[in-house]
Amino acid sequence: MANYFTFLSIFAFINVLVFLPVIHGNSFETKASQFFSSGHTNNWAVLVCTSRFWFNYRHVANVLSVYRSVKRLGIPDSHIVLMLADDMACNHRNPKPATVFSHKNMELNVYGDDVEVDYRGYEVTVENFLRVLTGRLPQSTPRSKRLLSDDRSNILIYLTGHGGNGFLKFQDSEEISNVELADAFEQMWQKRRYNELLFIIDTCQGASMYERFYSPNIMALASSQVGEDSLSHQPDLAIGVHLMDRYTFYLLEFLEDIHPASQANMNDLFKVCPKSQCVSTPGHRTDLFLRDPGSVLITDFFGSVRKVEITREAINLTTTAEQPVEVTSVRREVKSEALSYVDQLPVAEIIHQKPKQKDWHPPDGFILGLWTLILLVFFKTYGIKHLKHIF
Amino acid sequence: MGLLSDPNRRKALTTLLTRLNTPICVVCYLAGIAWFMGLAFEPFTLRTYMSENAMGSTMVEERFPAGERALATGREFAGHKRKAGGMPVDWLVKTMQDRGLEVFTQSFSRTLPFPDENKERYMVRGINVYGILRAPRAPRTEALVLSAPCSPDNSNNQAVGLLLGLAQYFRNQIYWAKDIIFLVNEHDLIGMQAWLEGYHHTNISGMDYTPLQGRAGSIQAALSLELSSDVITSLDLILEGLNGQLPNLDLANLFHAFCQKIGVMCTIQGKLQRSDWDTAEGYTHAVQTMMLMVLKQASGRPWGDHGLFLRYHIEAATVRGVNSFRQYKTDTTTVGRLLEGMFRKLNNLLERLHQSYFFYLMPSLSRFVSIGYYMPAFGLLATILLLRALDLWVQLGTPTEVTEDGVGEVEPVSINNQGSFDSPLTHIYIDLVLKSWMLQFKVICCSPLRFISGEGTEQGWRVLKLVALLYLAVLLGCTALINFSLGFILAITLVPVAACVTPHLPKAVSALAMVLLSPGCTILYCVFIFQELQEAPVSLSEGWMLFLSVISQGILDHSLFGSLVYPLLALLVYPCWLLLWNILFWK
Repeated sequence: MANYFTFLSIFAFINVLVFLPVIHGNSFETKASQFFSSGHTNNWAVLVCTSRFWFNYRHVANVLSVYRSVKRLGIPDSHIVLMLADDMACNHRNPKPATVFSHKNMELNVYGDDVEVDYRGYEVTVENFLRVLTGRLPQSTPRSKRLLSDDRSNILIYLTGHGGNGFLKFQDSEEISNVELADAFEQMWQKRRYNELLFIIDTCQGASMYERFYSPNIMALASSQVGEDSLSHQPDLAIGVHLMDRYTFYLLEFLEDIHPASQANMNDLFKVCPKSQCVSTPGHRTDLFLRDPGSVLITDFFGSVRKVEITREAINLTTTAEQPVEVTSVRREVKSEALSYVDQLPVAEIIHQKPKQKDWHPPDGFILGLWTLILLVFFKTYGIKHLKHIF
Repeated sequence: MGLLSDPNRRKALTTLLTRLNTPICVVCYLAGIAWFMGLAFEPFTLRTYMSENAMGSTMVEERFPAGERALATGREFAGHKRKAGGMPVDWLVKTMQDRGLEVFTQSFSRTLPFPDENKERYMVRGINVYGILRAPRAPRTEALVLSAPCSPDNSNNQAVGLLLGLAQYFRNQIYWAKDIIFLVNEHDLIGMQAWLEGYHHTNISGMDYTPLQGRAGSIQAALSLELSSDVITSLDLILEGLNGQLPNLDLANLFHAFCQKIGVMCTIQGKLQRSDWDTAEGYTHAVQTMMLMVLKQASGRPWGDHGLFLRYHIEAATVRGVNSFRQYKTDTTTVGRLLEGMFRKLNNLLERLHQSYFFYLMPSLSRFVSIGYYMPAFGLLATILLLRALDLWVQLGTPTEVTEDGVGEVEPVSINNQGSFDSPLTHIYIDLVLKSWMLQFKVICCSPLRFISGEGTEQGWRVLKLVALLYLAVLLGCTALINFSLGFILAITLVPVAACVTPHLPKAVSALAMVLLSPGCTILYCVFIFQELQEAPVSLSEGWMLFLSVISQGILDHSLFGSLVYPLLALLVYPCWLLLWNILFWK
């Protein structure tokens, strides 16, 4: 009997010794294989503001705040197509020239000093937008105005302006319908111009714009359902206009907490701006997306996180794992500190980083109830006259 | 067969028309009056709302600080005005230049056709002074105007002081997208007319003026300020302009919005809005406000300096400060803040104000009735004329039992049988054009009975009445489209006359009735009603003097500014009334 048990234990131990390194080696293998069979290799962003005139200040501020977040998380200007239909910073009515604020009392200037606008003013038309998406641009178009994506690109498309049920108004003179947009995306899919697409729209009745999509790998978010209006957030009494729309305001606050190494996923993005804050009901659509939204990182679309692991060792990736010697060295490698790239923008420049309030939790209902129960039991057992022991 | 081509059915229709004509006319008349009175009833009105997107909901925080300094400037202005005995041009030019404006002057002169007793002037000579605040970054394509009249007596000094104070404050701001013109005009309306004509390079009133040296682009909106006391209790908005034209309702909405925001009491027609619309007093209050607006609009004269801007499609209004016996007083700084807020909102405009209504009536500052709601009242009155005309047409069409030959006159073309039918009309018309309607009684005395001799058949007067009815319908219709109040008031008195007059009525009584319902007496009644509504009722003799002065003002308005009420009444309405008078005395 004892012999049987010792034999079993030795057998198990040998198995463990043999299989464990295999698992380890396989994990690195899988990681490496994942590197080459995963989704995307580059990120693009197309950010469009479709309305002009001074009282539509908030649409320009919306787009500039998304631009700022996207740039901060790593997408360079060469991979961002920014279309602004009007110039708010240099509008004659702007009491603070050369600035576009997103928070009142001039807390955050999203215009900054390194904004690169690719399509400006009257160049923002439906035709130009569709040409950018589908790539059908004349030969003379400069690179900064092209969306040079390939089949490994994750593209973020953000639209804002005035919209209605099934259309988005461009510049007070034309509209793009949801059918046209869906067809444009299908053209992009057939020409293999994207790997995955995230479509965000902040207009009234925004959900109607993604109803007609039929191409795969598209995830869509909208700030309001059909029949609802998206509302603006707060006016600034010195400038005299509404500065941001609610959905994008809370989206900006959410994105300010994201940094390039953040593991927040799309489910967190869906929770941005619930009805209590937004008044309208934000909606999203994931049925065309192949991956589970919980496994999609925010930085897959909003940032340009390069899948680079920095190591000091030479690693042989061609053979299956047999040598336990290398395995142990890998294990040692994993335990040492991870090397990483420096932040795109130094953290001090991100003005709106809120301090993390993780230290003190005010007692919520459960803890209060628990304490009440304890006190009740105490007084029941010992009587009130023992209060003097406490006070 | 069709309804009208089937003779049997047509006969049935025509008999129905003839039988029911009078009842329907009476019902229409009463319904028209009732509809008009019902316009002031609050559930039938709409609440005012801002239609222009550019002047949206967000307000700015107004920061005008210098009310006291403005009052001091006003006192200085008063002193210089007394010393100069008119407009202190040099002092104004220097003050405006000190505030950083580009200052220009314009001199003008005009001889009135006859001395104006109200304002005691005959040969008018004056100088306008205006300063332009250039927008710091914008191209000089659009402008806004703030004006204050320079009155010869001791009023409106605070207005000029506030204008200069605002000019200094506005000069320090960088957010102006339009140029702002600060205008001080002399001899109120005449000076304003000279300035506007010089600005737009027109000369419609025969005024003599020097051309303007400085210009600022097309004017989008204008505000005229009348402030005669250091503290005020309420602000009154005056909208009625020349020929009864009104500015865009958005301007009134803007004023109302700022009054509510800043908390100043605001009135229209000098009356404060009441909240008890379901009581009799509340309703009569609203009716009084609306009637005041109707009477002011019907007179066709500009009731503030803003009235002359409207002709050039510039939306303008006058804001007048009123100091009455109330506890809560508002100081000049608050008025300055209100004007600052209004100008910042007007600054945001991209196009001229055009989104809201141009034709409306306001029973109170926050309620309005648009043209679609008030026009049926006039339509009902016009229907009476058309029904009567139709009735006459039918009567003319049926072969009468009188001495006409029964030869081939089934069709109602018997007008041609009247031979010299044209000559009485032309004689009458020439007669009237030559004689001024102020010699009303003389015309009646040498009544054109002599001209219509012997042709007094039944057909004659019917045809004349038909023509008169149609003419009156077209005339009143066109008048009501341009100036609803004038058309409606004329219709109230002329339509019963036109509908009822026949030669078979008792002559004396109906002659008296016709005179009492003539346009001249209508003006007399309007004068009395207006004084009654202003809570300053006048006695008969005072009313008569007022009536004469109204007529002379009408003639002066026509020659100075091109008001159309006097020529309309004299050349178009009175001949019609005289046609009806002819019918009454048809032999």
